[in-house]
Amino acid sequence: MAALSSPLRVCRGILKELRSSKGPEYKQTLAYNFVLDQFRKNQVTNERHCRARREALHASHSYLCLLASTRHHLTLHKLFHGKGEREPEQVARLVGLQLPTQPGGKGWEK
Amino acid sequence: MLINLVRFQRQVGFVFSKCRNRDTWLPSVNHSKEYSAAALERKKFYQDVSISQGEDGLYEINLDRKKLKTPAGKLFTVPNEALAIAVATEWDMQKDTLKFYTMHLTTLCNTALDNPTQRDKGQIIAAGLKFLETDTICYRVEEPPGLVELQKNEWDPVLDWIEKRYNVLIGSSSNIMGPQIPKETKDTFHQHLRSYNFWALTGLEFIITQLKSLVLSFGLVDRHLTVEQAVLLSRLEEEYQIQRWGNVEWAHDYDMYELRSRTAAGALFVHLSSESSTVKHKLLQD
Repeated sequence: MAALSSPLRVCRGILKELRSSKGPEYKQTLAYNFVLDQFRKNQVTNERHCRARREALHASHSYLCLLASTRHHLTLHKLFHGKGEREPEQVARLVGLQLPTQPGGKGWEK
Repeated sequence: MLINLVRFQRQVGFVFSKCRNRDTWLPSVNHSKEYSAAALERKKFYQDVSISQGEDGLYEINLDRKKLKTPAGKLFTVPNEALAIAVATEWDMQKDTLKFYTMHLTTLCNTALDNPTQRDKGQIIAAGLKFLETDTICYRVEEPPGLVELQKNEWDPVLDWIEKRYNVLIGSSSNIMGPQIPKETKDTFHQHLRSYNFWALTGLEFIITQLKSLVLSFGLVDRHLTVEQAVLLSRLEEEYQIQRWGNVEWAHDYDMYELRSRTAAGALFVHLSSESSTVKHKLLQD
């Protein structure tokens, strides 16, 4: 069995992710209520070896990973890949080169 | 490069396939920007996201007053509340533009609902099982010694686990032809995969194609591994090279987070769509 962190940490992690994306009104979201509800429901069986609880913990762990990774990915995407591809001229200029030009055009322009 | 291209095609394929209905949410493809990220985005056109339960017991997503539809124009419905809320949260989290490439659960639901490649369960199972022949963790290197050691220490426990769990023989090999996998092993996995429903299989195949490994995917879906562990094991050689040569944020981290979020979405999708009995179980215990 994989090492899962404690339910409380996962729960707080998920709420933190929700808050970082929705701002202060994150408490009104569907997910906030649902997540808290699920964690409370599963708390009852905390001390017993309970399969359902372990499954729920694994799922919540995956959800936390989904939210956090998506946020990280989006940050990097905006930083490095968000603008699409550069034009050939821009790429050439980046390394101090120029594309060859031909006086009077290349013959196939309209 | 090729992998990225294929991923991009998949995304575009899912998001922009046939758009017919007037109040579907899909834009027509802007050809001038076809290959930039902007083509995968659209201005946000709603404020509130809510879910509602239809007469047949399935959950629907509402954007303001409009009902969300799939790219093929079907009504977007999911089998349980948890999945509906997770999808609704994806839509709710979008800021000024809709970034479809960050909405993995929505994409998976769309794929399961529309089934754009028109495959049945048997074909999906066959496609997933094919990865066993070229499973990432069955192929070992002979040099450098550090990596050989690492692969042995990290991958062998997972192989041992799956061989015991399913009582099968897989084995590993450093040969280019890979290990000889007995027919009984494939039959066992085939049997097991048949027990999943169509939605769960869609998710499972998605995980397998992301991790490039059937063994790791089973480890994840059977809750032996966490998403982070599965992704780390899948990228073991890359991690080794990073330790040796250094990390490049815009390539390595970018790939890793993307892989993690896709894998996590897949795992969650499989668990949520094969869960209905578990939920009842939990309610009884309260």
